[in-house]
Amino acid sequence: MKLKILHLYPREMNLYGDHGNVLAIKRRCEWRGIKVEIIEHEPGDNIPDDIDIIFGGGGQDSGQGKIEDDLQAIAPKLKDLIDNNTPCLVICGVYQLFGKYYKTGSGKTIKGINVFNITTDAGKERYIGNVTIKSNEFGEIVGYENHSGLTKLGENMKPLGEVIVGAGNNAKDKTEGCHYKNCIGTYLHGPILPKNPKLTDFFIAKALERKTGQKTKLDRLDDAVENMAHAVATKRPR
Amino acid sequence: MEKLSIILGKTVQRITRLRGGGSALPGLVIEHFDPKFINKELSKLPHGVVVISGTNGKTTTTKIVTELLEKQDLKVFTNNTGSNFVRGVISAILEDIKLNGEFDYDIAVLELDEAHAVKFSEVAPIDYALLLNVQRDQLDRFGEIDHTADLLQKVATATQKIVVLNREDPRVGEIKAAKTEYFGLSDKLIKKFPSDDDLITKQRTKSSDKTASVIFKDLHDNQATYTFGKKDYIVNLQLKGMYNAYNVAGALALCHSILPNTKMQRFCDDLTEIKSAFGRGESFQINDAEVELLLVKNPSAFQLSIASFADSDCEFMIAINDKIADGRDVSWLWNVDFSALKNIKMVSGIRAYDMALRLKYDNIKTDLVVEDLEAAVRKFANGSKKHKRIFATYTAMLEIRKIISGKSIL
Repeated sequence: MKLKILHLYPREMNLYGDHGNVLAIKRRCEWRGIKVEIIEHEPGDNIPDDIDIIFGGGGQDSGQGKIEDDLQAIAPKLKDLIDNNTPCLVICGVYQLFGKYYKTGSGKTIKGINVFNITTDAGKERYIGNVTIKSNEFGEIVGYENHSGLTKLGENMKPLGEVIVGAGNNAKDKTEGCHYKNCIGTYLHGPILPKNPKLTDFFIAKALERKTGQKTKLDRLDDAVENMAHAVATKRPR
Repeated sequence: MEKLSIILGKTVQRITRLRGGGSALPGLVIEHFDPKFINKELSKLPHGVVVISGTNGKTTTTKIVTELLEKQDLKVFTNNTGSNFVRGVISAILEDIKLNGEFDYDIAVLELDEAHAVKFSEVAPIDYALLLNVQRDQLDRFGEIDHTADLLQKVATATQKIVVLNREDPRVGEIKAAKTEYFGLSDKLIKKFPSDDDLITKQRTKSSDKTASVIFKDLHDNQATYTFGKKDYIVNLQLKGMYNAYNVAGALALCHSILPNTKMQRFCDDLTEIKSAFGRGESFQINDAEVELLLVKNPSAFQLSIASFADSDCEFMIAINDKIADGRDVSWLWNVDFSALKNIKMVSGIRAYDMALRLKYDNIKTDLVVEDLEAAVRKFANGSKKHKRIFATYTAMLEIRKIISGKSIL
């Protein structure tokens, strides 16, 4: 068994160690005897058909500008994959662009690709610090946020979780992230997956399920270190 | 006015000291009472003001430059208390200035971080600047790496004589100034120096084509070779690590700009006597074993430290804190590739488990996780007689230094 991970824009969108998420998926596959191939997608590249997991990390504003056109070009393909239940994780900058639009501080509107029915407007304040959220499906999730964008979920859009500590989508409605089919968008860096192994395994299990056509039970791993690091993060000051 | 400022500043200094207070308050008071004070005093210096800035290597490079100039009989004013901002500089001036306004120095060599270097340039003259690099450091403070490059451009624009730039840094190499000098790496060494962009993707194989006045050509153990004006200079450094040997190239290019008539050989001879700065490769002797303490503040510094030391036969400990001075966000650990290290004896600090987790995902074995620094250092240092190295974030470094020099573990 081999899973193919599509890593969107590793060069332009590479802030805050987000690519650690790809490493988390890779290792937790390898430790279970599942092979992994990582396909790095840069602007201009074609997207293969047989992608099993999609990942896109956060970046700076200049990075967002550089990927804008390419993202529109590959949007039909991405949306097709996601509508067909391909697991997908997008963080911060790419999360915003998976919505309808992102309006920057200088008033410029960057068009999104409408995977999520969400909108984002740059706010005046920057939200920085440790975050804890609670999700019905994944339990407690920890991460670190650093954004000024204020994201509003549209009708029928489910958040990833409820904010316990931190700002989340917009510092108002206590929602964090967005969850549509097997696609999750979030502001959480950290990176999010290593300290939340349940979430990592969700992407792996869904990918295997989609590939084999049957429900998969993953081999259990020893997550003692993951759980300790998770517990410490919940106790640190914002 | 000047005399009044000096008396006021010195009085505040005496009172804060009696109360056991910090070093910044006198500076703060004078900054408001007499905003032109710093400009007035620093303008008196015959050789002017040097600012050293960049993400990594400021403290060590400032130490190297200061000592090289002192060995040329210049009296150097520097902010070596670690007061890395304008207020700290004013406090340091107040410390040294005489009541009659006599400020008996030839030149000032100041270490300033990017944001404070810009603030400094708005209130004081800069004659020379040495800009080392722009790398990811505490992004929670500055927001973004491109913004940091803009800050250094402002410093360069404000510099009146010569700006010395690291030509191999993709952002610093592009900085514009009226008069620039460059320092750089040979093609051989550039492969060992990942720039910040390269940490994620490709490794460079060729150095920049800008003409550099000093090139760091080669390094064998602690023997470094520098090329200056087509001639090679071989220097036995006491400074540890490849990155410090590269900082030396910047220091040499800067010192040559300041004292163009001094022979390069003299600077190189003096270099052999310069030791590492506080917590930046300092060595301690504990129970017959040498323990080296290495500050790692950000991914680039950590990566270079690993590249310098991974292959040596020694034992490693890593200590990670997440206090304000370390940066609350520990995600930067995932921007470091640890795979060159085979085994880690000990991880410690507030975020010890984050470090253990990071190593786990590079398939590296960690023998022990002990969050408490004192217990961890005791256990680590009292193990074998092998040479030991401790990588530590800023506040962890300070604590460990205290533990070791307090001899509480001997």
